[in-house]
Order: sequence, then C-alpha cells, then structure tokens
Amino acid sequence: MFEGFEGGRLPAAFMSAGTSSFTEFLSSVSPEMLPGHKLPPGGGTEHLTPDATTIVALTFPGGVLVAGDRRATQGNVIANRDMEKVFRTDEFSAVAIAGSAGIGIELARLYQVELEHYEKMEGRSLSLEGKANKLSQMVRGNLGMAMQGFVVVPLLVGFDENTEQGRVFSYDAVGGRYEEHRYHSIGSGSVFARGSVKKLYREDLDQTGATKVALEALYDAADDDSATGGPDLHRKIFPLVDVITEDGHRRLSTEEVARLATEVVEGRAANPDGPTAPLG
Amino acid sequence: MPFYVAPEQQMKDKADYARKGIARGRSAVVLQYEGGILMVADNMSRTLHKISEIYDRIGFAAVGRYPEFENLRLMGVRFADVRGYQYDRRDVSGRQLANIYAQTLGTVFSESLKPWEVEIVVAEVGDAADEDEIYRITFDGSIVDEQGFVAVGGSSEHVSDVLKDRFAADASLSAALNAATHALARENGEERELEASNLEVAILERARQHRKFRRIHGRRLTRLIEEGKANGRAASGGGTSGADTADEADE
Repeated sequence: MFEGFEGGRLPAAFMSAGTSSFTEFLSSVSPEMLPGHKLPPGGGTEHLTPDATTIVALTFPGGVLVAGDRRATQGNVIANRDMEKVFRTDEFSAVAIAGSAGIGIELARLYQVELEHYEKMEGRSLSLEGKANKLSQMVRGNLGMAMQGFVVVPLLVGFDENTEQGRVFSYDAVGGRYEEHRYHSIGSGSVFARGSVKKLYREDLDQTGATKVALEALYDAADDDSATGGPDLHRKIFPLVDVITEDGHRRLSTEEVARLATEVVEGRAANPDGPTAPLG
Repeated sequence: MPFYVAPEQQMKDKADYARKGIARGRSAVVLQYEGGILMVADNMSRTLHKISEIYDRIGFAAVGRYPEFENLRLMGVRFADVRGYQYDRRDVSGRQLANIYAQTLGTVFSESLKPWEVEIVVAEVGDAADEDEIYRITFDGSIVDEQGFVAVGGSSEHVSDVLKDRFAADASLSAALNAATHALARENGEERELEASNLEVAILERARQHRKFRRIHGRRLTRLIEEGKANGRAASGGGTSGADTADEADE
C-alpha cells in the first residue's frame, strides 16, 4: 500500500503535524492514487469515457435542492441508463457533475473524502465558501485532463449555516467559481432546463414545489436534448433529487420522486409542452 | 561514559515511567449500550478532545499526554481515509487500526528513550451488538480485545471494577452513561460529583446513517445525566423504569 508499510509502520508523513487536506497529504505519500497523475501525452481520447449530462439546482426558502437525470452517453449511444451523478459530500453539501463521467465520479469521491478529512482533522467543518474554493482548486487540478478532452464541471449546492440559506456554486473547466442566485443548470441539456426553470421559478416555492420545478426542467431538457434521459416509468428509473436544509442532507426516496415524476409525465400527456407561465 | 543497564531493567524503567505519566491524568471508559457504543472521558476541555471520530464506524478514546495521542489520532484518520479512498468505505476496520497503533506504540517503546505516555481505545460499532469490537492498546504496544466495556487511564483497574457491577450491554443510553460516570467518579477510591461540564461524551450509534460517530453535549447531555440519575434511584428503590425516552431530540 505505502512504501515501508510492509514493515508494519506507516511512513513518517502520517505522524507529522502537516496538512489537514487529504489531497495534499495523498500527493505526498501516494501521488499515484490521485486522479490525473502521470498524464499520457496526446489528445482525442475523449471517447474513452461517457458523458454525464443535465443537472438542475434551485434554492427555496430554508434550503436548496439539486436534481440530475440518469443518462450517460457516448456519441449517439446511451452508455448507461441509471447513472448517479449527484453525490452527497457532507451533511450540508452535495455535488453534481456534468462532462466526462469517469473523471467526474472520481472528482466527487475525492472531494467527499477531502471535506470529511478536514472536518475530522480540525474538529470542525469548512465554511461553505471554503468548500466552494476547495472544489475550485480541484477542478483546476484537472486542467491537464480537460485540455485532452476530459472536461468535467461540477455544481456545488450547500446550506450555509451562517446565513441559514441554500446556495449554489457553478464552475468552469479551469476552476473559475461563480455563485448562482436562485437557480442554475449545467450539462448538455442545461439550455433547455434553465429556460424551463426560469419560467416556473417562484420565490415562495416549498420543497415539494421546488422538486416539481426541477423535474419539469429535466423533462424539458430530455424533450429537446438527446443526451438527457427523461423519467423512465417502465424501468422505474427516475432523476436523483438531493435536498439540503438546516436538518442536513436528504436524498428523496425513489417512491417520492416516482410519485412527482409520474405527475409530471401525466401532465405532459394532456399538455406536451408542460405548464405555462402567466403573461404579465 | 555510558553505564551498562540490563535490558530487563531498561524496559522496566520505561514501563514505570509511562505508567506514572498515564496515572497523572483522568480515566476514560468505553462501553456497549443498546444502541451502539458509548465513550465517556473525564475532560474539562471542550476543544482538546480525548474522544474522536476516526471513520464511519470507528471511534477513538485516549488518555495520557495530549500531543502524543493527538499524533496517533491524526495518523489513524489519515490511514483510514487513504484506505477508504483506495478501496471502499467498508474496507476500513477497527482491527487494522488497532494493529497499526500497536505496531507504532511498540516500536516507540522499544526504540526510543522515552516511551509515549498514552493508552488508547479503538472501538468499532457493528451491524449487531455481537459484531462490536473494542480494542485497548497500551503504551508498550500490547493489544487487548475487550468484551463489552473497558476503562483506560491511571486507575483503570479501579474504574473497571466499579463499572463491572453496573454494566449491561442492553442498557439504555442514560443508564449506560450513569454507569460510566459513576465509575469515573470513583477513580482513585475518591467520590466526586461529575457534571456535564466535566464530561466528554460521544456515541457510535448503530442505527445512524453514514457516519455513526456523534458527540453529546449541552442540554442533551445534562438531560441524559438527570435521567440516568432518576432511573438509578428508581431502580435501587425497587422501580423498574429504565427507558431512554427523549433520546432523539434536539442538539
């Protein structure tokens, strides 16, 4: 596992006062375990991993939610129907990814350990800004991979315990961090999803209402973007919805999402373009 | 000009030194209760912890010199996080950690002039009570697989004796806490009154999702202590109540 570990003792780095960052620590003891270590030269390799697609996030009074469709595509082929691209990262945050799936999943997993590691080492969690900045550095760390075609962008949502409200952060491929207000969407179907949320969003949405808006938006994305998957009633595959409030992180059960998603699909049977926003 | 010192004498001196150091501090106890594992330490500080979280199911309790066991704690967290990241979260076990600690303490004890004055407990909560694991690791790297409960610290034998009479693996949280504080208060044969502000308390809660470790402090701790005392009095007066009622409330 580690050099010198066979002898029964861990390397000295394990005992040093050192860093509270897991990534930093790992790069000093086992850099080969970090994603993007020793990049082979050359480009045009983006066909090696499928793409994860549409994510929608929106805030509501007292919380924030993030929802992701389940499809991963490779060119015109559906690579996976029930992929999970929304990850609980700690009690008060979640990350969703769009772009190169293989890289994104690893990024989310590492980020999750990073937050927990800091919390255990220091005895307290990072602030939400701290979490957002850390993710920014990690995305920037992936720049080499991004330039070879493995672009991955995360969307971070969290409940800020200081201001007691939900917040959303988006990123670009070089690690640029942007705070989004009210709602945001990323991924291939995001153009359609954002348009949909824009028209349905209300300041006073409750949690169920916000979930419904997110599901409508994902439906609209799936309607117009071939890489986004809609609710699959036959296979019982529904979007993943994570809600974060002052009570912490909660992933809605499949039954809860199924009920709301079925309502959305049935609504579309009567009106294929979905609910309309009133004029004026 | 070095004198010759017999290895036996050298080891004995080191052990005496370590024991004396550990005996200066207060004790800690780790015991099973109906919902998992309870860890209690006599600790005035609210920030310099004797009890901490290592991983999803694993907790750490230590007595002795703070900087030395803090080093061990950091090592454990790093080891567990690397292991869990490399394989899977389920692949991190209390036994591995206990072994690493034993190796480290054993090497320090035999190789360096000054042994570490620490005694630690690694506890892992399982899916069922019979899968719980509690390991005690002493300053010389000895490792003991304890059943049900363990006390560490200066007068751990004394604390352990008192705890033995009151320990029940299926006790409610308040009853287990009452047993633990009762034992800690009778350290060194004295009888003190331990209040919430003297205690550092944490549980590894079997039913909890994700990370099982949770600290108990503030109002919830005070309430549990009161409840334990009331039930203790009722039990000694012939009553049978012992239910841990308002357990899942605030904090």
